[in-house]
Amino acid sequence: MAEVEDTGANPVNEPLDLVRLSLNELVFVKLRGDRELQGRLHAYDSHCNLVLGEVTETIYMVDDEDESENVRTVKKQSEMLFLRGDSVVLISPQQ
Amino acid sequence: MLFFSFFKTLVNHEVTVELKNDISIRGTLKSVDQYLNIKLDDITVVEELKYPHLSSVKNVFIRGSVVRYVHLPAAAVDTPLLEDATRRGITDSIEIEVRLSQFADASG
Repeated sequence: MAEVEDTGANPVNEPLDLVRLSLNELVFVKLRGDRELQGRLHAYDSHCNLVLGEVTETIYMVDDEDESENVRTVKKQSEMLFLRGDSVVLISPQQ
Repeated sequence: MLFFSFFKTLVNHEVTVELKNDISIRGTLKSVDQYLNIKLDDITVVEELKYPHLSSVKNVFIRGSVVRYVHLPAAAVDTPLLEDATRRGITDSIEIEVRLSQFADASG
């Protein structure tokens, strides 16, 4: 027997429906090029273009000059940010 | 189309476009199209000493595909309206565009 689907106001049928549940919530976004963003999700579309508020960007940089290959992190703040979707690797609810 | 409408409401606002090659260009948003190509006026390159080759350029057309971020003025963004438009999957609603632009105008 097939499970009866929840047909409530917020059905989760496709992956982006999960992102919809994070609107006006804090999200973690992993990007191409060793970058991560944390911020409040205000808008998205099917390309994963996003608008985030109160954003913290973390960039991971490897110093491969010396043997130790230390990883440096650079943090940047932005009050409101549009992010083009082709850089997105994953979007996750924060906590 | 949501972001096309959204960017049209931000025309004549100061934005900073960060490209995928790490160059950041600050300028006045003059126009945008369906591919999110961007035209900026009165530009300055944020790290001018590091990227001196654009120092004499005043206006640029930026291909949408090379954009990583656009830093926006928070005061010009109606976040509840954006969330509402996203939830409803609004793609080409004239109403949303009009309301977004009214908000952007009111915020200067």
